[in-house]
Amino acid sequence: MRTPLFALCALAVAALVFFALRLIGNEYYFVAGYTIVQYIVLATAWNILGGYTGYVNFGSAAFFAVGAYSSVALITFANSIDDLLPESVAPLAHSIFPLPLGVMVVIGGLVSGVVGYGMGYLTLRLRGAFFAIATLALAVVLQTLVVNWDFVGGSSGAYVIRPDSVPLVGSYVQYLFILMLLMAVVAVTIARTIEHSKLGYGFAAIRDDELAAEASGVPTLQLKLIATALSGALMGMAGAPFPYFIGFLQPQSAFGLEYAVNSIAMPMIGGTMSWVGPLIGAILLGTVQQVANVTISSAVNLLIVGLLLIGFVIVAPNGIVGLVQDWTRARRKP
Amino acid sequence: MSALLQVRGISKRFGGFVALDGINLDVQPGERLGLIGPNGSGKSTLVNCICGTLQNEVGTVHFDGQAMDGLAAHQRTHRGLSRSFQLPRPFASLSLADNLKIPMFYTVHKRSGTPLHADNIDARCAELLRLVGLAAKAHHRPRDLTQVEMRKLELARAMAAEPKLLIADEAMAGLSQSEISEILALLKRLNESGITIILIEHIMSAVMSFSQRLVVLVTGKKIADGKPEAVVRDPEVVRAYIGE
Repeated sequence: MRTPLFALCALAVAALVFFALRLIGNEYYFVAGYTIVQYIVLATAWNILGGYTGYVNFGSAAFFAVGAYSSVALITFANSIDDLLPESVAPLAHSIFPLPLGVMVVIGGLVSGVVGYGMGYLTLRLRGAFFAIATLALAVVLQTLVVNWDFVGGSSGAYVIRPDSVPLVGSYVQYLFILMLLMAVVAVTIARTIEHSKLGYGFAAIRDDELAAEASGVPTLQLKLIATALSGALMGMAGAPFPYFIGFLQPQSAFGLEYAVNSIAMPMIGGTMSWVGPLIGAILLGTVQQVANVTISSAVNLLIVGLLLIGFVIVAPNGIVGLVQDWTRARRKP
Repeated sequence: MSALLQVRGISKRFGGFVALDGINLDVQPGERLGLIGPNGSGKSTLVNCICGTLQNEVGTVHFDGQAMDGLAAHQRTHRGLSRSFQLPRPFASLSLADNLKIPMFYTVHKRSGTPLHADNIDARCAELLRLVGLAAKAHHRPRDLTQVEMRKLELARAMAAEPKLLIADEAMAGLSQSEISEILALLKRLNESGITIILIEHIMSAVMSFSQRLVVLVTGKKIADGKPEAVVRDPEVVRAYIGE
């Protein structure tokens, strides 16, 4: 299927999901749905670096938080234009700010993409566990920076007041849900396009054997930088609307362990070799977590992830997609 | 005629160990060069320095009139240097056909400047796999291959980059006599089509029948360079291999 056609189909599915939830009419489903779809974006983004090129990133939460905090910074700036800028410039700034959420998503993505590129440049000469440790360190460094940055609330956090309603859509949560659905469509389409492109072959070569990839003419450093920047940008985009979603953003929630763990676990459980894996993993694990949230407790979430991850590593190391592939191959052979 | 590959005074140390010590080597266009030496004599290190897998601290490498020093391995591959690895390093998650597509996408494609058509790529993959006798397994993964087939894949992948100079690093270790003759015939055909070849090999019968010139490395030094028949009679070479 060609990319534009695939994007159209994905959009249709997204629209279907939205209207189905609207038919049910319970606002809570949009809240739960937002979180699940957000994980589709995060898992797909993680997989571009972790699944396609084989570089395990433990710092997903940092990229997510960079997106979220770029929005907080922009919102805080909009609220304090009169204090910060001279009177002559203030009216001009007022005409631009507050920025529409869509623009903030793009900015969050850009900032996070730049951070990803920078991290890649500093760390991509490391391999395996060393790269993973470096990404973890990045998350700690960035969290420390945010905690000590008073402009965005520091350790005590920042309140973000969201509008009550949005024209055409109605409730703001539904608006956020639509936005996240669109991002998921973009992320999945990008991942799928990469997979079937020259870039995807290059990524696979890096994952399998970097020396051999270089010897075959693959510019490995350049490709890895593309992967980190792209992966970081998508995670940042997913984080940008988060302050509006949660209303009160603290460093602990933006840099939460669940983002780092889930964005690794979901592709692992779904399968890291194709775009379908993170999608399945995020929907499955995300839904289980949301159900557990309501029926048991929110604290049990990470336990579920841990147990599922152990189970899958033992039973299906290539994830659900790998399991299905093995099964169909076995049936074809008889 | 100027040399295709010019190596001048290359030295490489690993800590206190001197792996290469002032190697000079010229390879003429179209030549078939054999490179031999006991285990640990620095053959693979020399290949790694020529191809950019390792960067040499001292000395220069010129290829096709261009200085290669400081260029990454992929940039050297783009300029027409291609090598196979001593221990096969296939792309394990890709099918054999896809393994060959990597150099086509990233080297042949880049060099020609025009996108290769998908049909051309598929045809070329099929042709290369047929040349090395792996056509039937085009859609298998490398894990389904035997060691011998893995070496053939390694060679096919190096060939897929359409190099001017092909360095085959022990492509024949572990192969049977008939398979060795097969690979030798293949390399000779490649050579006749204009590709310069450096063959690193322990199997003397193969090296002797293939090479027009023979270079011997011992403990990081070049001790002989000349006609194969003369080199193997060189007292220093005999001493290195057999002892006093």
